[in-house]
Amino acid sequence: MQKIIGKTPFNGTEDQKKRLQEAIEKHKSDPGALMPILHKAQEIYGYLPIEVQSIIAEGLELSLEDVYKVTTFYSQFSLAPKGKYEISICLGTACYVKGSGEIADKISSILGIKPEECTEDGKFSLTACRCIGACGLAPVITINKDVYGRLTPDDIEGILAKYA
Amino acid sequence: METVQIKINGIDYEVPQNSTILEAARYAGIHIPTLCYLKDINEIGACRICVVEVKGARSLVASCVYPVSAGMEIQTNTELVQSSRKTTLQLLLASHDRRCLSCARSGSCELQSLCNELGVSEENTFDGAKLKHGLDNSTLHMVRDNNKCILCRRCVGACENQYVSVIGSNDRGFDTHIGCAFEQSLEKVPCVSCGQCIVSCPTGALMDNDHCDDVMSAISNPDKYVIVHTAPAVRATLGECFGMPPGTNVKGKMVNALRKLGFDKVFDTDFGADLTIMEEAAELIHRITNGGTLPMITSCSPGWIKFCEYYFPNFLPNISSCKSPQQMMGAILKTWYASKMNIDPNRIVVVSVMPCTAKKFEIKRDHQCAAGVADTDYVLTTREVAKLIKRAGIDFVSLNDENFDSILGVSTGAAAIFGATGGVMEAALRTASDMLSETSQKEIEYKEVRGIENIKEATYEISGLTLNVAVVSGLKNSAALLERVKRKEVNYHFIEIMCCPGGCVNGGGQPLQPARVRNYENLSEIRAKTLYAEDKSLPLRKSHENPSIKLIYDEYFKTPGSEISHKILHTKYKIRDKF
Repeated sequence: MQKIIGKTPFNGTEDQKKRLQEAIEKHKSDPGALMPILHKAQEIYGYLPIEVQSIIAEGLELSLEDVYKVTTFYSQFSLAPKGKYEISICLGTACYVKGSGEIADKISSILGIKPEECTEDGKFSLTACRCIGACGLAPVITINKDVYGRLTPDDIEGILAKYA
Repeated sequence: METVQIKINGIDYEVPQNSTILEAARYAGIHIPTLCYLKDINEIGACRICVVEVKGARSLVASCVYPVSAGMEIQTNTELVQSSRKTTLQLLLASHDRRCLSCARSGSCELQSLCNELGVSEENTFDGAKLKHGLDNSTLHMVRDNNKCILCRRCVGACENQYVSVIGSNDRGFDTHIGCAFEQSLEKVPCVSCGQCIVSCPTGALMDNDHCDDVMSAISNPDKYVIVHTAPAVRATLGECFGMPPGTNVKGKMVNALRKLGFDKVFDTDFGADLTIMEEAAELIHRITNGGTLPMITSCSPGWIKFCEYYFPNFLPNISSCKSPQQMMGAILKTWYASKMNIDPNRIVVVSVMPCTAKKFEIKRDHQCAAGVADTDYVLTTREVAKLIKRAGIDFVSLNDENFDSILGVSTGAAAIFGATGGVMEAALRTASDMLSETSQKEIEYKEVRGIENIKEATYEISGLTLNVAVVSGLKNSAALLERVKRKEVNYHFIEIMCCPGGCVNGGGQPLQPARVRNYENLSEIRAKTLYAEDKSLPLRKSHENPSIKLIYDEYFKTPGSEISHKILHTKYKIRDKF
């Protein structure tokens, strides 16, 4: 699937920038420096928007495209910010046959976001994941550390209301 | 040269030790088809069109990158090889936009000719899902249609070779596509408009931002006075579009064809080149004798200018303030020439025929409106003008030679060599040395700055002045040279930089030559020879000896670098943000 690029405005802090630049300095002369720096950047910012990738490109004397293509190749890198509440919907085989597709659609329609996107207020983000090992509870979603199982689309509104 | 013995299709051959199977096959008179492979630009062995059988190998091997070894036994044309190549093509077609009839590359498409040669008789064998891509027509110089892209990555290699890398392969698997960072349009990223990606593309995915129709309607408009002028490098390449061998000089036929197309005047950009030399040589002498910023760097190549603005902004004060020959030509056509001929500059449409796509960008730059209107209205690449000639049904090959119109069709050998790397330097040296010595120097061939080496350096003593010069082409080489200048490892007075490797003869607007030509022949070298031959054949070989140049200075500019010449013939540059 094509990577979703976040649309929420970037609000990185000076402290985050300083930490990223330290990571760039540390790895700069290593062969294959880009990967550890991208990992560190995602750890610092939670995602890799154009502002962050530009700092990395400049620091490593690479073109922005040379950084971007790597971030779109590997699934662990995210280009959209995570919300305060990160909703994960399991689309693994068991959950899927138990109707997790409809659960995902319901969440999308209530929040107005597609998988890998974040709501404009920064509250909720949605990720599609593979099996989380709770097939007995299929279909399953997690919101941060909370697990909700045996769901029907009608349950979603009430669950989301808890986090409002 | 060390050699090894190998067998190709059962026959013994002795081939150079370091060759690939693809290269070795040439000794056997075998042309192995390729698609993603483009010598020196893209050598990734990915497309599997060039597969051959090697005895003992586990599977078919990609001959473009597979080195030969002693005793190797190669089969290039077995049933297995043929069927593998054919299947590869059919799989490529599965996600290819197959509307060939209306494709700009129909007839010059490498995918199309491979399908034809390798016997693909059914184009829908694997008719699977397709990604739908929008057109990227954001830039002034080109259009990307990813629906025609086969992901060979030749454009990516070309862009990387130019030290720019604004395009690459984004996402993965079925979603893989060639694009810019964060899926921005090409106009939003620091692309230098060189067009090397276009001449590398085997299909119709990359095309000119075509202005043929605009030019046709200007010609058809009786209120417009349409003037065309052609760059030095075009006469050495236009014939290729009509099946003539690379290196054929078609100057006379080209002039005839343009006249037949209905242009009101057919002039020579070489005149603009002579004018550039007058101004540039004077500027160089002025900078050296008055403690100006050195080294001075040439300003003819708009791809190089844009590159400098994005990537080396500290060098902007080093670039000569002279407009390029194209823009000088447009500027004088709409000022001096318009008033001399009593034509309203607003009626004049200036069309330039260029080996270059960055020229399409250049005409829209700031400070390119000497008469208050754009100096140049339309730029046609060599490819586009060939299209217009074909469209008009003109039998180019059998045309008689004709001469450019006076008075801006007169030029010298110095201008002719502008199209090759080292040419501007040599032309400037011819004039600067006469200006400095106030005599006419007999020694006019500066052979040290000729040739296709990446970086050429020389030192000349002219009237007691020591001149250290360097000539470089291709942006990767240029960047390396500028880094050395920055670190003060070298001490030049004058540098010629051309954006495209080999100079304008190898420009991004030049005729498309397929990999099967480019992999074996050095087109820059062949085309440049034509220009040096033209230089040798001309009676006048120094810009300042051009009688029309003398006339324009007598009547209008007075001296090079005068106040009016600064107003009309010089320009400014600006820093551009890379991110």
